[in-house]
Amino acid sequence: MPTDIQAPSFDYAALSPMFIVFGAAVLGVLVEAFVPRRSRRRVQIVVSLAGLIGGLVAVVLLAGHSSLEAEGAIAIDGPTLFLQGTLCILGAASILLLSERSLDSSGGDIVTQAAVLPGSREDLQLSESQGIQTEVYPLALFSLGGMLLWPAANNLILSFIALEVLSLPLYLMAGLARRRRLLSQEAAVKYFLLGAFSSAFFLYGVALLYGYAGSVDLGDIFDATGRAGSNEVLLLLGLAMLAVGLLFKVGAVPFQAWTPDVYQGSPTAVTALMAACTKIAAFGALLRIFYVGFGRTEWDWRPMMWAIAIVTMVVGAVLAVTQTDVKRMLAYSSVAHTGFILVGVIAVNREGLSGTLFYLVAYGFTTLAAFAVVTLVRDSSGEATHLSSWAGLGQRSPLVAGVFAFFLLALAGIPLTSGFMAKFAVFQAATQGGATALVVVGVVASAVTAFFYARVIVLMFFQDPAPDGPTVAIPSAYTAATIALGLAVTLVLGILPQPVLDLADQAALFVR
Amino acid sequence: MLQNYVPVLVLFVLAAGFAAVSVGAATITGPKRYNRAKRDAYECGIEPTPQPMGGGRFPIKFYLTAMLFIIFDIEIIFLYPWAVAFDQLGLFGLVEMVLFILTVFIAYAYVWRRGGLEWD
Amino acid sequence: MSTLLAVSEPATEYVAATGTLSSLWVLLALPAFGATTILLLRGRTRTWGPYLAIATCGAAFAWALVSFLELRGLENRSVDLHLWSWIPVNGFQVDAGLLYDPLSATFTLLITGVGLLIHIYSLGYMEHDERRWLFFGYLNLFVTAMLLLVLGNSYLALYVGWEGVGLASYLLISWYFWKPSAATAGKKAFIANRVGDVGLSLAIMVMFATLGTTSFEGVFGSAEQLTAGAATAIGLLLLLGACGKSGQFPLHTWLPDAMEGPTPVSALIHASTMVTAGVYLIARSMPVYVQSPDAQLVVSIIGAITLVIGCVIGCVYDDIKKVLAYSTVSQIGYMFLAVGIPGAGAIAILHLLTHGFFKACMFLSAGSVMHGMNDQVDMRRFGALRKVMPVTFGCMLVGYLAIIGIPPFAGFFSKDLIIEHAFNQGGTRGAVLGTVALVGAGITAFYMTRLMLMTFFGKKRWTADVHPHESPAVMTGPMVLLGVGSVVSGFLLVRGDALVHWLEPVLPEQEQEHVFEAITVSIMTVGVSLLGVLAAYLLVHRKAVPHFPPVAVSPLTTAARNNLYLDSLNESLLMRPGQYLTRMLVWFDNRGIDGAVSAVAAGVGGSSGRLRRLQTGFVRSYALSIFAGAMLVAGSLLLVRIGP
Repeated sequence: MPTDIQAPSFDYAALSPMFIVFGAAVLGVLVEAFVPRRSRRRVQIVVSLAGLIGGLVAVVLLAGHSSLEAEGAIAIDGPTLFLQGTLCILGAASILLLSERSLDSSGGDIVTQAAVLPGSREDLQLSESQGIQTEVYPLALFSLGGMLLWPAANNLILSFIALEVLSLPLYLMAGLARRRRLLSQEAAVKYFLLGAFSSAFFLYGVALLYGYAGSVDLGDIFDATGRAGSNEVLLLLGLAMLAVGLLFKVGAVPFQAWTPDVYQGSPTAVTALMAACTKIAAFGALLRIFYVGFGRTEWDWRPMMWAIAIVTMVVGAVLAVTQTDVKRMLAYSSVAHTGFILVGVIAVNREGLSGTLFYLVAYGFTTLAAFAVVTLVRDSSGEATHLSSWAGLGQRSPLVAGVFAFFLLALAGIPLTSGFMAKFAVFQAATQGGATALVVVGVVASAVTAFFYARVIVLMFFQDPAPDGPTVAIPSAYTAATIALGLAVTLVLGILPQPVLDLADQAALFVR
Repeated sequence: MLQNYVPVLVLFVLAAGFAAVSVGAATITGPKRYNRAKRDAYECGIEPTPQPMGGGRFPIKFYLTAMLFIIFDIEIIFLYPWAVAFDQLGLFGLVEMVLFILTVFIAYAYVWRRGGLEWD
Repeated sequence: MSTLLAVSEPATEYVAATGTLSSLWVLLALPAFGATTILLLRGRTRTWGPYLAIATCGAAFAWALVSFLELRGLENRSVDLHLWSWIPVNGFQVDAGLLYDPLSATFTLLITGVGLLIHIYSLGYMEHDERRWLFFGYLNLFVTAMLLLVLGNSYLALYVGWEGVGLASYLLISWYFWKPSAATAGKKAFIANRVGDVGLSLAIMVMFATLGTTSFEGVFGSAEQLTAGAATAIGLLLLLGACGKSGQFPLHTWLPDAMEGPTPVSALIHASTMVTAGVYLIARSMPVYVQSPDAQLVVSIIGAITLVIGCVIGCVYDDIKKVLAYSTVSQIGYMFLAVGIPGAGAIAILHLLTHGFFKACMFLSAGSVMHGMNDQVDMRRFGALRKVMPVTFGCMLVGYLAIIGIPPFAGFFSKDLIIEHAFNQGGTRGAVLGTVALVGAGITAFYMTRLMLMTFFGKKRWTADVHPHESPAVMTGPMVLLGVGSVVSGFLLVRGDALVHWLEPVLPEQEQEHVFEAITVSIMTVGVSLLGVLAAYLLVHRKAVPHFPPVAVSPLTTAARNNLYLDSLNESLLMRPGQYLTRMLVWFDNRGIDGAVSAVAAGVGGSSGRLRRLQTGFVRSYALSIFAGAMLVAGSLLLVRIGP
């Protein structure tokens, strides 16, 4: 009946962070179309950074806001704003990394034409051309826009759209590495295929839940779980399929298989974006869906999540031990960290939520900066990511090795780094939430992770450098600023975590 | 509750029945004069054999064009319900739709400027 | 000595900092800035680093003075400055904060004041050292850590400072690390301190286990709830920590070896400030010790044993710095003796302050002598330096008169009071401790006189290539200032019981019995000291000093030359069993733990290798694993709901 249709009410101000970032992305497309090639890169950097900083400003102005917007489809509340702010900062840092041009001999780590057949004559020419590729900026911004939307999505259809918006540009960006084209293209295809596969699970879950609750709003689903007489099998299967889609994106075992291949093959700047930002957005969405939509059925999903968290921590930590490639090792470490963050999710209390939020901030900055350091160590064929070529780096370049060692210590959770405070926060919340056994597994897994982080440190400082080993390139201000930001946040959160802990604590309240 | 689905079921039965009847009728009543072309697989104009070299690569431009078509196709699908409820949605609907069309046109402008519409 | 009627309550109510005191952290930040700058910029600070270090230390001293004056004007003189909450978790509160009260104010002045003078002195002493800038960086690091030690408002903060000074001390003792003796001495100091630190950390853990807090305010506020056993345990464990840091029996053996470091270091760290940290720890923990008279008695006994050992060994050494080191050991023994006597805590601090002045003065003078004598330390090669180094001689003489307790020099007031308090405890305890302290004073007089005579009097016994000369003004200046301190500090601090009243909120006095009148004790002390001087004159000065130490000597001398076999004792008690234990542990470690660890590592590695095979690189198998995972997730959810 046409007469029943009401114009939805929109509070544009509350949605402004996402509008600004998406707007900047659209502007970036226009820049690609109309700005002359010479000045495109500069304009793109300015537009991207302005968009993300604008988004951050909007988030700050919205601080304390808590309401449902867009007819209940988008929740602007503490966790949303906290994560959106974090994503804007980390996104800006990723843009800086993408803009780095002084490391690679041909300028930039992003290939000019991604579709050229690897090994062909064009490919050889491509690897020596000085051409640059600026479409990556709008792609990154679209992806970041999707990441801002995902933790805010209070409606499963919108959630799915956000998931696709953030994923599709990432699939493309994974294939843009200038060096080792074949690996990069393989990564892109794998990521795309598996991402599509998992999205299908997610969508199937949405359909089943619609069948269960008659609505895709998380609030309605929550209400439905309180009513007797609905079809429980639909609920449980829907929840399971939804969980698969989410756990795929956060990289939990057994859905982690894509992580090492994709992290290794993608350009390192894109890997940094994926490792830091995608994980934050995905955990934001996971928290909202599980806490808001399924807060009442926690006894159904907690055992499953327990098992997932345990195998994720253990498999991530154990598999990292035998890795010989720095990027693959960091990929497995990110899998292990997914497990640690899941420990906070399982706590299902306010401490768990605030601890998880804090962990995401701490982990995001550290891991982004760690990947940034990886871009610095190079030999003639690009980045030297094989661990053996990192031997003796401490003698050749004590500063870079020291900074990297610091990030590794933070990832291992050594006191006086953000990693320690973060682990402390989630483990403590989990203990309070009655998951002591999980914490024990977590601590053991931490010990295993500390082993392989320490191994890299030993390798860098206590072994003689290979005569033909890699050199440490001098980065421009872009990468240097990113590393400095990561260093500062890692250190400050380790020594003076209180302000951010307080902020996370205040933010840890979902609107329903 | 399942009664709602009875018409669908009936539709399925009718469709299957129609296909069976027509194929069956053709087989029984039609003349059978075969030649080479008739024995080939049905491929709407493209020679199925022999297979071209390298698995039959053909220009990516087909895809581009197809995808552009789909985008504008979908745009129209979105326009249709708006047109139906235009009165009720008022100014809000107009603004949102203009924004939507604008966004699609920006993509169009990008493709156009970057030569995506040129065949060669 | 005035006597009060009742034990006044220890002031456990701390007020929040106001005014200048709310920026007390600047005091720490100044030397910290100096240390960070120098240690980070390293060789680039070669020219200006030392001056920066002196400037930050001087500024810290000025700040300490201002804060001190501000504190004097306050009604409640225990000021707490909360900096930030480090770990704000229920049941485990760790706050970073500072406590500024009369006790810490006193120490702050001592550290920054003496520290400043020694910084300046080092400018001359280290002039020819290649790594001068680094030396000053370490000195600033030390000052920072020491200030944190005395200003922290919890045992944890104290512990951080405690380890910090340990580190600085280790780095500075091994300054000439290319000399095996210096490297070994550094290690020895580090290890002896570790033994003590075990005590301190255990004490902190016991506090946390019994009281649930480690802040001074919390611990002292609820100290009365401690059971006698717990109080004694904490007291003894703290004492172990204090023994390690302050070179008390049986952990004192590292302190004389620590003289391998440059002389300014010996003066600053191993004479006047760091080694007194143990006394500070016990004085600070007085509310705990009040709960356990047993632990207090043990403190006194340890002090008494140490002071005798120090004196006796000090008599036989020919190395001028070793003699001073043993005298430090024995003087700190006096402080421990005093701090263990109920109500005499303030007296211990008094001796600590006067000792800080006169011992630093003597060390710097000794350094000046060495500077003029091509860094020789053997007193058998000195003699007749009185004329050549008049200023140094004067300063050494003042320090000497102070340490042997001749009125009106500083040491007289403090040592005399300690002996008086020791006797006034009454009973066997008073008699024994008093006598030990008195005899110690006599022996001190003997060996210090020996040092003076062998160095400055008698005939020249110099080696051929030595041309002694007076040190430059940048060195003598601080010496003279410290000398003035050695003269007046005792009188100034005792006049009208100034220090005792000042420290009263922290270290309350107690009523005294009067076994001896004050004047009797003074006469006895001075008399015994004079006897010691006379004995030294007769034994040392009357005959020529042989060029090499005589071989045919009494068993006691031989024993003393071997440090009373205490090194061997420590060796056989701690080191040998330690070595056997280590060997056993190494064996066990290799076989058992390493075996287990290797097995675990191999297990982890092996399973890692096996798991890795699942990572085939084929999208189809990844998709299969996702599908299988999805089935498992769905299955488990259904199982949980439907199963039980």
